[in-house]
Amino acid sequence: MSKDIRIKKGLDIKLVGEAEKAVENAVVSNFYSIRPEDFHSIIPKLVAKEGTRVKAGETLFYNKDNEAMKFVSPVSGEITEVQRGPRRRIDALKITADKVQEHVDHGKFDLGADAEKLRAHLLATGCWAFIKQRPYDVVAKADSTPKGIFISGYASAPLSADLDFTLKGKEAELQAAITALSKFAKVHVSVGKDSDSPLAKMQNIELYKVSGPHPSGNVGTLINKVSPVNKGETVWTVNAQDLVIIGELLLTGKFNAERVIALSGSAVKKPRYFRTLIGSEISTMVYDNGVERGANNRFISGNVLSGKQVGPDGFLDYYSNVVTVIPEGDDYDFFGWNKPIFDKVSNSRALTFSWLTPNKKYDLNTNMNGEHRNFVLTGKYEEVFPLDIYPLQILKSCLYKDLDEMEALGMYEVAPEDFALTEFICVSKQPHQQIIREGLDLMIKEIG
Amino acid sequence: MGLKQNLHALREKYRGTKMAPAFNALHTFLYTPNDTAKGGTHIKAADDLKRTMNTVIMALIPCLIFGMFNTGYQHNLAIGEIQAVTNGFLSGEFWSLANFSVGFWQILPLIIISYGVGLGIEFLFAVIKGHEVEEGYLVTGMLVPLIVPVDIPLWMLTVAVIFGVVIGKEVFGGTGMNILNPALTIRAFLFFAYPTWMSGDKVWVHGAVERTKEIANGSTADAISGETILGTLAQNQELSYSVSDMFFGFIPGSIGETSTFLILLGGLFLIFTKIGSWRIMLSSVLGALVMGFIFNMVVDAGWISNTSKFYGLMSTEFWHHLLIGGMAFGIVYMATDPVTAAQTNKGKWIYGFLIGFISIMIRVFNPAYPEGVMLAILLMNVFAPTIDHYVVQGNVKRRLKRAKIKTA
Repeated sequence: MSKDIRIKKGLDIKLVGEAEKAVENAVVSNFYSIRPEDFHSIIPKLVAKEGTRVKAGETLFYNKDNEAMKFVSPVSGEITEVQRGPRRRIDALKITADKVQEHVDHGKFDLGADAEKLRAHLLATGCWAFIKQRPYDVVAKADSTPKGIFISGYASAPLSADLDFTLKGKEAELQAAITALSKFAKVHVSVGKDSDSPLAKMQNIELYKVSGPHPSGNVGTLINKVSPVNKGETVWTVNAQDLVIIGELLLTGKFNAERVIALSGSAVKKPRYFRTLIGSEISTMVYDNGVERGANNRFISGNVLSGKQVGPDGFLDYYSNVVTVIPEGDDYDFFGWNKPIFDKVSNSRALTFSWLTPNKKYDLNTNMNGEHRNFVLTGKYEEVFPLDIYPLQILKSCLYKDLDEMEALGMYEVAPEDFALTEFICVSKQPHQQIIREGLDLMIKEIG
Repeated sequence: MGLKQNLHALREKYRGTKMAPAFNALHTFLYTPNDTAKGGTHIKAADDLKRTMNTVIMALIPCLIFGMFNTGYQHNLAIGEIQAVTNGFLSGEFWSLANFSVGFWQILPLIIISYGVGLGIEFLFAVIKGHEVEEGYLVTGMLVPLIVPVDIPLWMLTVAVIFGVVIGKEVFGGTGMNILNPALTIRAFLFFAYPTWMSGDKVWVHGAVERTKEIANGSTADAISGETILGTLAQNQELSYSVSDMFFGFIPGSIGETSTFLILLGGLFLIFTKIGSWRIMLSSVLGALVMGFIFNMVVDAGWISNTSKFYGLMSTEFWHHLLIGGMAFGIVYMATDPVTAAQTNKGKWIYGFLIGFISIMIRVFNPAYPEGVMLAILLMNVFAPTIDHYVVQGNVKRRLKRAKIKTA
């Protein structure tokens, strides 16, 4: 039996450039890049050096705090470069791919085995990286015990990949991963209200059908409505598309970093889906029938609300299943602050007219549409924020770094992406997600 | 676009210098900057603070224009040039060029002083402290001329604006950080620093002060009474205005506060554009009605006789309170200031209700100056963080309780 979760507060930002439901195989990328920053708060300890040859699924580095937690290569090839930043921080590992791919055989996993065996197996094979935890929205601690595992099968963010579509045909892998994860705790899965998601047919899950505007599909919303994180508790979250990789590893012993991703955005001529690997060059997908070379565009690994900005020579990051390309907006707008606006999204009606055309799709660029200011308006964030948390108050507590207050207001429950919509509508153009991330980092440091 | 390129070049030239905020303030007035989103959401909604503030100013413009006509109308009526209005809101006696020109030339200097002095201080602080010039004063600067009596001396206004902007706002860190509504701080300063001037019955109609002087010098002309309705009621005198006069605003008073009709339209506009908080407006109205009704009951019960000095205002029908004085203006444009109001939705209900409630209470019981809205709003500004604190604590307690149930 499924339960219904209906969200009223939120905002659907409808954008031009939704991917057409057709999958192509992306051109095989020559280079792959793994960026440790994708695994927030993990300090990498390199196993591989420049010049080392690795197979797909072989360890590249491990967590400095816990040697058992490995992070593995998506391809076989030679490590050609270790890019370092200030204080010798590792920025990226660049791998030149082999023509013929070889995989490490981790061995089939017996799904009847106990949780601790599974934990060790996931840690050793690099699949642990796909399990994130709240509090703090980081890779789950190796020894953590969750009170629940949450998976969202409904992507409500603008221009995100349709999970019903990308997960099709992967039922066996999904079920294997869910069966395995349910050894740790109850697995809660949300799907869209009228979807035919393969996830809806899984065994061993608690199913929720969600409806309403974005962020109804965010896993944070699901957690908040089902079982909010209290102090001292941990929940795990796994992206639905990563269940496929975990499932395949358990069933076959092969770490297959393959993923169906959406290439979307108004700058793309023919937005569609690609089959590609984690860490691939974005240039393998975006130019053919895609964007104009040299045009002034922004390339985002992820969705327009929470994705990472990468250049046209950038790479698909470890967790994303969408690449979005939208025009940059680095131009001035004459009297942009007082003329009537028809071509941008707004949740006010202050001479902005998007309320007249709720179904219109917009071609938004990256312009700030204003300047950074102190927080001034109140009551606006609450209109798009469905969690039982006071958004303005928690943001302010992060700014003045009051740990007690952050904790009391619900910091254990949130992730930066929960504040994407409040950031989008913010009249003062405050960087909400960054404020929350820094607040969470402070808590990790001070409270742990 | 030559202008765009030239301004862009200048912006780059000034970047990082002390003068950058001052230049940017002028530049961003003409052009929304070319800054792009970095690091967070890659797209942003259309609204910025300038647009928000501009919307409030748009809602104030009808009150301003009406105020100009009304200033001239009250003046010409008092000196006997014209007859009182007879044909409702669109009466020709009111909407005449003669009325407008008197008001226009009287009010224009107030606007210039308000914006000139206030924005000057804003620029100065922005340059000294190295932050951008913030838009808060755009609204304050428009509110100030609308809430002062028309015959206020310009030097008085100048001193008050300096006080209000520096002490009311900049010492706290500028727009978004202040505790008290700056426009009301300015008015409160005038009220307490120059009480004989502000609370007299001479400043509300243009020319009344001059005429008094002329009479003192031996002129035989009639004195002009510039008394407001509240002043009359406080002295237990009979009112000479009809309800429709009060609703449409053909009465003496601060420049922008008289026309409840236009304020109502402005309030509806602010609610429609989602800029003003309907919660505060509605709850303030309710608060005022409840208090007014209680006073009416007191009178009906015979606890107070018509010899009492409170009788005039207490016996005023409870809903008339919304039409007279600065009540409507305060509720729509002052109480809703997001920075100084309560910030939680529940808090807004409480905050608004108390503003209405206390306004009428002060209005009735204050012997020196029968208007309570200003003081009520300033008082609730101070209490707003406390109200929010208790509302937020409700959420915090719920969270703690949830944790306890789980662990128990």
